[in-house]
Amino acid sequence: MTTPAAAEILDRWTVTRNACKLCTPLGACLAFKGIEHCLAFLHGSQGCSTYIRRYMISHFKEPIDIACSNFSEHTAVFGGGVELHTGLDNIVRQYAPTVIGIMTTCLSETIGEDVGSLVKTYREARPELAAALVHVSTPSYRGTHAEGFHDAVLAMAEQLTEPGSRGHHLNLLAGMLSPADLRYLKELFADFGVEAILLPDYSDTLDGVPWDRYEAIPPGGTPLAAIRRMGSAQASLELGHILAGRERTAGKSLRDRCDVPLRSLGLPIGIAETDRFCRAIQEITGAALPARHEAERQRLIDAYADGHKYVSGKRAVVFGEEDFVCAMALFLREIGIIPVLVASGGRTGLLEAKLAELGGDSTVAGDVDFLTMADLAKSANADLVVGNSKGYKLSKELGLPLVRVGFPVHDRFGAARLLHVGYRGAQQLFDRIVNTIIAHAQESDEIGYTYI
Amino acid sequence: MSADKKTISILEERRAQVLEVGEGTTGTLACERHSVAGAVSQRACVFCGSRVVLYPIADALHIVHGPVGCAVYTWDIRGSLSSGPELHRNSFSTDLREMDVIYGGEKKLRTCLLELINHYHPKAAFVYATCIVGIIGDDIDGVCRKVAAETGIPVLPVHSEGFKGTKKDGYRAACDALSRIIGTGDTSDVSPHSINILGEFNLAGEAWIIREYYERMGIQVVSTMTGDGRIDEISRAHGAKLNVVQCSGSMTSLAKRLKEDYGIPFIRVSYFGIEDMAKALYDVADFFPDAPEIMDRARTLVTEEVSALLPALEPMRRDLAGKKAAIYVGGAFKAFSLIKALRLLDMKVVLAGSQTGGPEDYEQLREMCDPGTVLVDDANPVELSKFIVEKGVDLFIGGVKERPMAYKLGVAFCDHNHERKIALAGFVGMLNFAREVHLSVTSPVWRFAPRFAAAESGDRP
Ligand code: SF4
Ligand code: SF4
Repeated sequence: MTTPAAAEILDRWTVTRNACKLCTPLGACLAFKGIEHCLAFLHGSQGCSTYIRRYMISHFKEPIDIACSNFSEHTAVFGGGVELHTGLDNIVRQYAPTVIGIMTTCLSETIGEDVGSLVKTYREARPELAAALVHVSTPSYRGTHAEGFHDAVLAMAEQLTEPGSRGHHLNLLAGMLSPADLRYLKELFADFGVEAILLPDYSDTLDGVPWDRYEAIPPGGTPLAAIRRMGSAQASLELGHILAGRERTAGKSLRDRCDVPLRSLGLPIGIAETDRFCRAIQEITGAALPARHEAERQRLIDAYADGHKYVSGKRAVVFGEEDFVCAMALFLREIGIIPVLVASGGRTGLLEAKLAELGGDSTVAGDVDFLTMADLAKSANADLVVGNSKGYKLSKELGLPLVRVGFPVHDRFGAARLLHVGYRGAQQLFDRIVNTIIAHAQESDEIGYTYI
Repeated sequence: MSADKKTISILEERRAQVLEVGEGTTGTLACERHSVAGAVSQRACVFCGSRVVLYPIADALHIVHGPVGCAVYTWDIRGSLSSGPELHRNSFSTDLREMDVIYGGEKKLRTCLLELINHYHPKAAFVYATCIVGIIGDDIDGVCRKVAAETGIPVLPVHSEGFKGTKKDGYRAACDALSRIIGTGDTSDVSPHSINILGEFNLAGEAWIIREYYERMGIQVVSTMTGDGRIDEISRAHGAKLNVVQCSGSMTSLAKRLKEDYGIPFIRVSYFGIEDMAKALYDVADFFPDAPEIMDRARTLVTEEVSALLPALEPMRRDLAGKKAAIYVGGAFKAFSLIKALRLLDMKVVLAGSQTGGPEDYEQLREMCDPGTVLVDDANPVELSKFIVEKGVDLFIGGVKERPMAYKLGVAFCDHNHERKIALAGFVGMLNFAREVHLSVTSPVWRFAPRFAAAESGDRP
């Protein structure tokens, strides 16, 4: 699948040039933003938390508060136990959170902080504490933002749920999607008439409404009480083929600890994957696909027919977080586009195996950066690029249009409202991709047709 | 511990860092403190300080030694323009992995440096040490020395471990690195009427505007540090007769050093607002009394620019008169100029603060501000928004992190950050500034914001 030429390019550099990944605590933060009245707390130095806030704000255009224990030289030598305690006291006083999500950084991990036991001591010292504490280890030298996200979700499942007698609700572990995606999934379940506990749910906290007064913690998110009920769900749906390959996930933990049956599925992008997703809901609950969504599906099939000639046989470079690019590559193939280069900065090694079915025309590469991607893409003879804003330079260099999806989208407006999942998301993606190809052809054409 | 969820409190430890200017207030504002643990400080880290200062040097290699995050978050985030090479717009990182953390990252750093230098042929390389490098104990000085010897270019370590101080320490580390380049170049063609522009980073091309003013006055600009910076220019900087320093925080230490080492005096300036911009030109002209034509040209320049500017400002001033502004910026020096600029527009400053101001800065701020103005040091979102609401602020001037908070509360916003794409320096910058403030404050969208919606609720469904 990887040609010798591509293998040579992949081997060329030790240094990372324009990384196609973000650091671990950012992912964990995103997950904690999806919990009701939760504050994320970074146990490490100030810079990381400020950078992460800034980066997320540029995408979501929402206030993002991350508290920090703010390591000093003294802390780095003697440990941050005191800072963690003072820090927790302070945020409890200032924010009165229901949940505090405690993450580490490379620094606190490297000096060997045992946050688990520090948290335990804190809890013992503050028996009156009302807030639930969740801690997750997030050193960036061990993973990317995807690991941070999934580890935080796993930490919540492990630390906040308990087994219980089987209910009728489902758990939905949806992965790193956009607020619009999460909102859509909630709507879909509501239409199915099925109660689903979505973890995490940042559809309101990261795509919120204006305020008439200051909201220390923006409203929205999965309530703690709901998380506690996840142990008694009828089943869990966990989305992401790459995630499914991980040894430990929230869904697996709920299965093993609480006997909640697990269905692992891909991110529901495109008809085939959305069909699988909806069928799973039907099989578990017996509910029928709501007519509204059936109609959306039919309109999508109709649109595929109307637009297929513009996309058939086109070649795309796809990059981003592993699960996202995996789903996107499968979607592109579904509409007749060849994903000639599928790349990610993630390094689970699972992407290559999962996409082996794409066949010989595609190079699938994990642990790559943007400049290596550019070297690979030069000979890929591609027509378009699909990925986040950070691929802008790549697309410019290749002279190809970029369809912006996923995270981060820093150079366009409305990132939180990008819809990718479900029939409706596929419809929007399909329209955008077809139009991008048409617009590119129109702009580079001398005649400039005014009809398509 | 069971605080009411709706009350907004100022953390006890932070009370001394907030002050309201009043008749006869004498108390001083506490500052230069380490941020309180658990506070959501808007501050960055040492590395950030170094990175912002050195980053605009466009023909140098910048490599961040550490795990990937620190490099990724600083990839092309600044609008520092270059008229030539754009190597600085990349993000190079040693991207340390678990094994590197355990066994040390020196070998990897060396390999990375050699790969990059051999491929890009930069004029110099800066190696930024981030937090964990300080812990795992890599000898980056040693690696830099060896690679410099092998490649023949300056390879300079920047000791910017995030936790070892504040952003200011990062400025200092950057200045150290710069001072090692200065003095290595040929200064034989430097004019007796020459300056270095320090602390100007060419955001949105601002350094070009300033440089052009000085050149119109007949002054040679030997180097700009570091906006549109080049290693060759910097290496000749010791030939200049005067250092003109903007942004008191970031480059004063270098100016002091150049005074000690080369006897070059320095003056502090600001290029924001009419008053300060004009002063920045006159002060430089004053320094060259042997060439009175420089002052003449400065006068002509200021007259021309200001007479074109004032009429353009007038209609905006009329709309903005009496509106209330809040300022929260990185360095306090910016706040001074902004206060003056806002006054020119007849706006009232009701809150002024900075991430890193020093005691003298706050003293000066207190003298400048009207009674009732709140001064804050190292504020957090909770405090800032408390004052926005309490003071009925119409305009907030701040950075990326403050923007969404202002918008949530229905407050106009002016970006005064490192990413800006509109030049705010120079006379033309004052016009741009007024335009930006005006277009945001007078936008019709605010009437729908919940804070004001009561008056509009007539037609609501
Ligand atoms: S030290 Fe680690 S956690 Fe902090 S910004 Fe760098 S990579 Fe991210
Ligand atoms: S790891 Fe250290 S140097 Fe890097 S961003 Fe965080 S505080 Fe700054």
